[in-house]
Amino acid sequence: MTVKVQLEDFDLSTEVAVLRRANPKVGAVACFIGAVRDLNEGENVSAMVLEHYPGMTEKALEAIIERARVRWPIADAVIIHRYGPLAPTDQIVLVAVATAHRGDAFAACEFIMDYLKTAAPFWKKETLENGERWVDSREHDHAALEKWAEPGTPKAD
Amino acid sequence: MKIQLKFFASVREALGVADELADVPTAVVTVGDVRTWLQARGGVWAETLAAGRTLRMACNHEMTAPETRLTEGCEVAFFPPVTGG
Repeated sequence: MTVKVQLEDFDLSTEVAVLRRANPKVGAVACFIGAVRDLNEGENVSAMVLEHYPGMTEKALEAIIERARVRWPIADAVIIHRYGPLAPTDQIVLVAVATAHRGDAFAACEFIMDYLKTAAPFWKKETLENGERWVDSREHDHAALEKWAEPGTPKAD
Repeated sequence: MKIQLKFFASVREALGVADELADVPTAVVTVGDVRTWLQARGGVWAETLAAGRTLRMACNHEMTAPETRLTEGCEVAFFPPVTGG
């Protein structure tokens, strides 16, 4: 299990190769990459800065992977999240999950991203044509967590 | 009690402070109390940390509820809802 919070870009192929490590028990790898778009809420975005909480961020991402491991038999997983200045088309985040079967890989990858969106201390500030703005958190990110709620567990914040 | 305060993103910008070592009075025992105590400074503090503002709080690197009790030397952070990914 690997968590990296870094300024630098990452390479999907390299990360997946490390994740698989010729492990014959891995029959499936699901990956998600999030990238910077040039349009958000109707405004042109020319640049972005990602701030995070050093120390807490790494712990939060590790806790999310642990939460996923309780639910799915994960052979290995990696989360890489960038911070600092970014431009449209830049990669922001990678989540990759290796499992024996595809259903677990798809589900765990989506679960990790959904939790990351609401629990990992990152904040985006966009540069627009007429100034800068902090991106607001979205209600649908919180709604996305509801599909992972297990019977009898309190609703996720 | 001495605690470490941290502020992030729009909260940090509004307050003009990223971190502060604070010596809180004995009546301040929870993370929520810290918020109220900081509001009493008035000005941008009252505005930014106002009860109606949606803020997240962390204590020792864990997202936490206002009822969480402080411990000597703990790190308390205030920030807006997160927007990573």
